[in-house]
Amino acid sequence: MIVTFTINGEERSATVAGWESLLTVLRDNLGLAGSKNACEQGECGSCSVIVDGANLCSCLVMVGDCEGTTITTVEGIAHGSALHPIQQAILDEGGVQCGFCTPGFVITAAHLFAADPNPDEETMREAFSGNICRCTGYGALLRAFDRLAEDGT
Amino acid sequence: MTVGTKERVAAGIGESAPRPDGVAKLSGNFAYGSDLWIDGMLWGATLRSPYAHARLVELDITPAVVMSGVRAVLTQDDVPGRPTFGQVEQDQPVLCDGVARYWGEPVAIVAADDQETARAAVEAIIVEWEPLPPVTDPDQARAAGETYRDMVIRRGDADAAGSVVIEGEYETAIQDQAPLGPEAGLAIPDGSGGVDLHVTTQWIHIDHAQIIASLDMEPDDVRCHPVGIGGAFGAREDISLHIHVAMLALRTGRPVRIVYDRTESFAGHVKRHSARMRYRHEADDEGRLVKVTVDMVLDGGAYAHTSHAVLANASFFTVGPYKCDNVFVDAAVSRTNNPPAGAMRGFGAVQVCFAYESQMDRLAEALGLHPLEVRRRNALGPGDPMATSGQIVEGSLPTLRVIDELEAIPMPDAAIPDDPRRLPGGTGLTTPKDAVVRGVGFALGLKNLAFSEAFDDFSEVLLVLTPAGLEIHTAAIEVGQGLVTICEQIARTVLGIQAVAWVSADTSQIGSAGSTSASRQTQMTGGAVYEAAVGLRDKILQQFGGDELTNDGVYSGGELVATLDAVTADAPIEQWVRYRHPPTEEPDEFGQGNPHAGFVVAAHRAVVDVDPELGLVRVVQIDTAQDVGKALNPQAIVGQLEGGIAQGVGFAIMEELILEDGVILNPTFTDYLIPTLLDMPDVGSRLIEEPAHWGPFGAKGIGESPTISSTPAVVAAIRAATGRPLTRVPVRPQDIAGV
Repeated sequence: MIVTFTINGEERSATVAGWESLLTVLRDNLGLAGSKNACEQGECGSCSVIVDGANLCSCLVMVGDCEGTTITTVEGIAHGSALHPIQQAILDEGGVQCGFCTPGFVITAAHLFAADPNPDEETMREAFSGNICRCTGYGALLRAFDRLAEDGT
Repeated sequence: MTVGTKERVAAGIGESAPRPDGVAKLSGNFAYGSDLWIDGMLWGATLRSPYAHARLVELDITPAVVMSGVRAVLTQDDVPGRPTFGQVEQDQPVLCDGVARYWGEPVAIVAADDQETARAAVEAIIVEWEPLPPVTDPDQARAAGETYRDMVIRRGDADAAGSVVIEGEYETAIQDQAPLGPEAGLAIPDGSGGVDLHVTTQWIHIDHAQIIASLDMEPDDVRCHPVGIGGAFGAREDISLHIHVAMLALRTGRPVRIVYDRTESFAGHVKRHSARMRYRHEADDEGRLVKVTVDMVLDGGAYAHTSHAVLANASFFTVGPYKCDNVFVDAAVSRTNNPPAGAMRGFGAVQVCFAYESQMDRLAEALGLHPLEVRRRNALGPGDPMATSGQIVEGSLPTLRVIDELEAIPMPDAAIPDDPRRLPGGTGLTTPKDAVVRGVGFALGLKNLAFSEAFDDFSEVLLVLTPAGLEIHTAAIEVGQGLVTICEQIARTVLGIQAVAWVSADTSQIGSAGSTSASRQTQMTGGAVYEAAVGLRDKILQQFGGDELTNDGVYSGGELVATLDAVTADAPIEQWVRYRHPPTEEPDEFGQGNPHAGFVVAAHRAVVDVDPELGLVRVVQIDTAQDVGKALNPQAIVGQLEGGIAQGVGFAIMEELILEDGVILNPTFTDYLIPTLLDMPDVGSRLIEEPAHWGPFGAKGIGESPTISSTPAVVAAIRAATGRPLTRVPVRPQDIAGV
């Protein structure tokens, strides 16, 4: 089947098997490898994307259900060559190590701060509880998000 | 000539310079092993043993071979060269040799046009097994003489006796590194019999040596290229799919890609050894150690991998950062049918730290001393002999200072929080807040730096100065820890040159940088960069008659005598080094001698809230004082400390691979629990700078320390809160609730 959707502001079509996951199609058909496959069970959040305003693990989304949707992946967050303030804050605070989880954290942060520019710490801890980071221990990420919450950006 | 920090260079040592790969990683543009793609490539898949121990009765690949889209199906008979691999002992078959010795052991490999076909072909292979009884008890294996190595340490007087005796038995379970990036490789035939292999690794040259042996090929015909790594923590120190993917590419003449899924990843890499440790500490009335007697067994699983070195670490660090004149250790690492064990962050020092720190707490309690006071009275320092080997501690070892600095970190608010989200179990908590109890625990940990026991440990670096700046050519592997950043910082500071770039070299271009493990790369490849940079600078100054090199060029007496463009006008200037740490020795038959190149120490304090009825724990805060030698990049160090603590917290209260008859029951992220942001405490860090006796600017490797003593600190805090003995990690709810 052919699926058509808007990804990062651009209309894209892909010939897919309807049972394939959105993650597989993003990575293997559309050349958007920024979303990562680390567990394929919706546990780690490395494949997080925003679909019609919802933050989803793209490994759990059947691509056949995505017809006509609007999707944001990590590749669509920066403004051209300039990092988004979320990305800049994570970079400045040292929130990137191996970076495999980073796209998922960027997406979850974009989703969170779009809905609530000033979340408190407990709200942030809950919001990111579906994103596993194995390297940083989350401290630098939380400091970045604290900074963003204070700035209200 | 001395090296000073030049004011004109930014992002030199001591600064929290940002990662050069940060922007690409934040934008989704960084290429990891699992992102590699080349048009026309085939997809590989692996048939694995469903049993921990079984005889292969029948293996018929015909149904897979005849499938449309299948290009190759290979078994052990197809291995061109040495049929086995391994870093120390070459004992693991590349593909099953007729007997499967662990669950998930590779049996056959397939290359096909797409992933679905490759997986379907694996399913189509006819395989019949005769299950055999698996050996799963490491004590039983040891009793039967099935060990990879036995260690004996005999130091001092066996008749020495203390007035206080503490005996305990401790157990640590299997922890998995669980790096987020899966094992991945892409092999591309070069059309003339050779192959380029792009593969996830921690040490590309040790892979290369094993790969060419099994492929029966010349070194230059197999070029191994490092790729982007999504975490490692020891999981990539041994071969996984490397030989398989190269075999498939060479057989088909086409590029082949293999990427493990999460369950395959759990099956496909070595784990932290589980351990059983029987300890007897004897001390005098003041709490000073008189004698320590230990018997322990580690479970090495089905193949040797790095078990030899892990056992050595467990044995040499069995007393911890403490003085003791009489030490007697009998230790073994057993061969069983459990998953092969190997390297994981802390590498043998983790298991014993849980045991010796539990013992030190009980000693303190027996004497009515504060837990830190008994540690102060026994603290090992520079000039002291190691309790086990007798090696005199050279250079810095600020054991007393890490204790003092740890105590100086403010404690969290003493009140149990009102917000249910901050209580054990979170909003699912059914226990009233009043029933929640708080505890505080402490632990210290000791680790060796770099490789030990006379291993020829080195790192090669080639620096190339061009008009565009400096290039660092190396095969050292960045796994996320920040090696690239600090090597660039070192080069900038020594040379005064701003533009520095990392060039990841393959095995045909440069010699080994050694392993990204054993807390070694900051000192080893960092040390190589330092030494090469000093050589390059001196060469330039001599050639152009200058006394100072800066980003502008060569100065003499404050006058610019040659710009950088002029310096490199004729040709790039190069400097190659092979850097070695001070030599170490093979210990004698009683473990005596000088097996280590240096030591690093850390201290942790954990504060926990516990629901004693449901056995749930929330770690409130962990603080650490870390011996760093010299902080080359403070932000990166804090990132390592916090990340290592997260893995230590995981091992204390949730991370465990559960086996039944050698089969892993929880090889997914649904069932193998890793701390999330909800589980992770606040962390307070103090960096103690007392320069090491070798390495760049006195820096020490700190990657492992945070994982070593954070675990026993958490358990000590749970003990303090509950009064339970807790002799096993991870601590399970039933251990706390007593059911």
